Amino acid sequence: MAADGQWLTFLALILPFLGAAVAPLLTRMMGANAAWILALLPLYLFIHFLGFLGAVADGGTVSGGYAWIESLDISFSWFIDGLSLTFALLITGIGTLIVLYAGGYLKGHPMQGRFFSFILMFMGAMQGLVIADSFFALFVFWELTSITSFLLIGFDHVREASRRAALQALVVTGLGGLSLLAGLLVIWGATGENSLSGLLASGSALRDAPLYMAALLLILGGAFTKSAQFPFHFWLPNAMEAPTPVSAYLHSATMVKAGVYLLMRLNPVLGETLAWETILPVFGGTTLIVGTLLAVRQTDLKLMLAYTTVASLGLLVMLTGFGSEKAVEAAVLYLIAHSMFKGALFMVAGLIDHEAGTRDVTKLGGLRSAMPITFAAAVLAAFSMGGLPPFFGFLAKEEIYYGLWTGDGWGLLLTLVALVGNGLMFAIGFAVALKPFLGEKVETPKHAHEGPVLLWLGPLVLASLGLLTAIFSATSHFFLTSPMASAVAGVPVEATISVVPHIGLALFLSLLTVAFGIGAYMLIDRLRGGMVSLLNAIGWGPDKGFDQFVSGSVKASGAITRVIQNGRLDYYTTATFIALALALIVPMVMFGELPAMPKWPDLPFYEWAILAIAFIGLGAILHARDRLTAIVSLGIQGFAVAVLFMLLGAPDLSFTQFMVETLSVVILALVMTRLRLSPADHRPGREKAIDISVAALCGGALALLLLKITQLPFNPYLSEFFAENARVIAHGRNIVNVIIVDFRGVDTLGEIGVVMVAGLAILALVRIRSGKRIPAPAQGEK
Amino acid sequence: MRTLIFRTVAPYLTSLMVLFSIFVLLRGHNEPGGGFIGGLIAASAFAIYGIACGVAPVRRSLYFHPMAISGAGLLISALSGLFSMMFGVPFLTGLWAKLEFGGLALDLSTVLFFDIGVYLVVVGSITSIALALEEREHA
Repeated sequence: MAADGQWLTFLALILPFLGAAVAPLLTRMMGANAAWILALLPLYLFIHFLGFLGAVADGGTVSGGYAWIESLDISFSWFIDGLSLTFALLITGIGTLIVLYAGGYLKGHPMQGRFFSFILMFMGAMQGLVIADSFFALFVFWELTSITSFLLIGFDHVREASRRAALQALVVTGLGGLSLLAGLLVIWGATGENSLSGLLASGSALRDAPLYMAALLLILGGAFTKSAQFPFHFWLPNAMEAPTPVSAYLHSATMVKAGVYLLMRLNPVLGETLAWETILPVFGGTTLIVGTLLAVRQTDLKLMLAYTTVASLGLLVMLTGFGSEKAVEAAVLYLIAHSMFKGALFMVAGLIDHEAGTRDVTKLGGLRSAMPITFAAAVLAAFSMGGLPPFFGFLAKEEIYYGLWTGDGWGLLLTLVALVGNGLMFAIGFAVALKPFLGEKVETPKHAHEGPVLLWLGPLVLASLGLLTAIFSATSHFFLTSPMASAVAGVPVEATISVVPHIGLALFLSLLTVAFGIGAYMLIDRLRGGMVSLLNAIGWGPDKGFDQFVSGSVKASGAITRVIQNGRLDYYTTATFIALALALIVPMVMFGELPAMPKWPDLPFYEWAILAIAFIGLGAILHARDRLTAIVSLGIQGFAVAVLFMLLGAPDLSFTQFMVETLSVVILALVMTRLRLSPADHRPGREKAIDISVAALCGGALALLLLKITQLPFNPYLSEFFAENARVIAHGRNIVNVIIVDFRGVDTLGEIGVVMVAGLAILALVRIRSGKRIPAPAQGEK
Repeated sequence: MRTLIFRTVAPYLTSLMVLFSIFVLLRGHNEPGGGFIGGLIAASAFAIYGIACGVAPVRRSLYFHPMAISGAGLLISALSGLFSMMFGVPFLTGLWAKLEFGGLALDLSTVLFFDIGVYLVVVGSITSIALALEEREHA
């Protein structure tokens, strides 16, 4: 595609982040009305992506990108097909409505600017995630959604429940992110592809790879945590601590679908295997049933919706993994339908909370006359959620039953699971949409009346879209459903379902679902009572398990730390030196690499003399009466070695050795006097014996290693390279110095960094031990 | 240790050692020497001064906190590496310039600045450790 178009898409990728930078300032100047301006940003992106509709509907893809880290073959690239485009449109379209809604919902909140900033950042991350092509761009955006979600859930950071929920979401999705990274790396290793488009073009290479199972499990680890599949579902309901715009946007319409997106994206290369078609429906089906049952138990509108979201995600995973093209088509339809009706219902729940002061369904009733527009939006959305014609949810549900009903036992079982799940979701959808509005007017904490336009615009638009997209189903199929289903299935798929009911099994199953749903709606209070007593009887859930996991890790690391870091320096040094000795000796013995017995060296007499001096130094250390003498004797041995270096032609090394020996004697002596140790050494015999054997072991091991090194054939490549090039390339005659400052300059930069950090650390230690307190400056004193 | 002789000689000794350390630093590229060794010499010079005359005079004459000197060194080294960015060559590539003062030729390079950075880091870190220990001795 043209270069300027590429530039525009890159701009689209970074625009939300730029918007996030100016949002707080804009909000400070304009207050809640800033929403009108900020919403233009996602609207522009929405229109930008609409421009791709034609090309993608014709079966084309749009791709582009830039080299990122060329030496590692990592690029920053994107790739838009039916799947990415539908997601991108959902993200930016619903994003526009959410920004407006947040403008009304958080009006007058002192941190509203920060909220806009967070939500735009999230939008950028999510949009990048769905159009990313290279694995690394995908991973970076994936992690960004986790981080921005953490910020949004913890937005109300003064409340402990918010902080806990934010941390929980971060831990669960963060662990999943690591799993995803590992999975992507395995795929890269197994197929040699590091972009999604390349992987999709590689056919069945991944399925045939020996590491297929590892890649699959790791990818599922990422997708299941992100999309809140049982048993990782618990973070999603807790994330309802976030302000409602966040719940509507992240935790129903977009972010939690990232896992489903990933599964759909990889379906052509990972799917069609027994493992895929077993694991996904089992986990998805379990999540669907668990989610709906837990939703029945709730009385908080948001929590009811949250658990049905968990259930819907389970349904999507189940359909994606079922393996038939119809099921894929059903998943696509349901995903689009769900984003619209669930986003709308969440916003309705927030609106009721905002206007009536509570969102407990048992404390609400009779709001229909006070909030007619909200009521209309709620009912429209609930019709779609319940799968009633002529709404988009109806198309999805018909297709679900078409797809699942294969006639064999497995299909029958999953159809049954879908039927129960859909029926309960029908009941809960209408409980959310009808209970607060119908019946007797109940006294609410706030006197309820219709909210401002900013608040009801979003839910009304989304709920109406659920009607329009279904009525003009041919258009929505042509532009959205068919391209997306084709991308997920990996082969061209044509969606044809329309709102006109066709007599058949699917319609019959739909009627059954509705009947079951109405029954459940009537009995919902009794069902709730049953679930409450059942859950109380179980008394444990993954949410509790998470707490136990966290406190268990803290306890375990505490116990380990007490053993390993007991604060005694002699233990540390003994352990370090034993480890050093073992690391040297064990491999040498195990691989039979012990050095041969060296022959007696033939040295001139003065070299013998210097060696003798070194040994005298050693003897002096051992015989020294007091510690100071021992330290100075250590210097004798060091100087002798330095002289040896000099004789053997390494003046630089020798020079350095002299200085280091001098300074270490000085510093050791200073430390000695400072620690106020007794002049003589009073270790008991047993301790001495241990120390002596450790020292001997270490010394012996090092000697063996050095012997072995000198006996190996010497590879002169590097030394010859340096000798030849020091003068030519680096203009220096002193090869050692040239190596340090030029050829291996990065090493040296790292080393001086270490020297400085070590200096700082020692300085801090000395200060602590001196026990000096800096006296606080006295008041009023000049 | 603070005998009269030592105290009298120490300032001269220290100045000579510091001078020598700079000499060692500058000649390092062609003869034995360099920033690391030079830094060690200068650090021992300050340590001797501290032992002889106490820490306060050393701190006064250094003017900057030794750790700040160390940090400046690290900064100089890193910046000398970034210089290569202007010429589109990899980080830390040595760049050379020939300066002429009326017949006297002088080779200047980013490598020299890198080595000066190494010198300052070593001087700063070791001096600050030595001084901190000596300070406690006289506390």
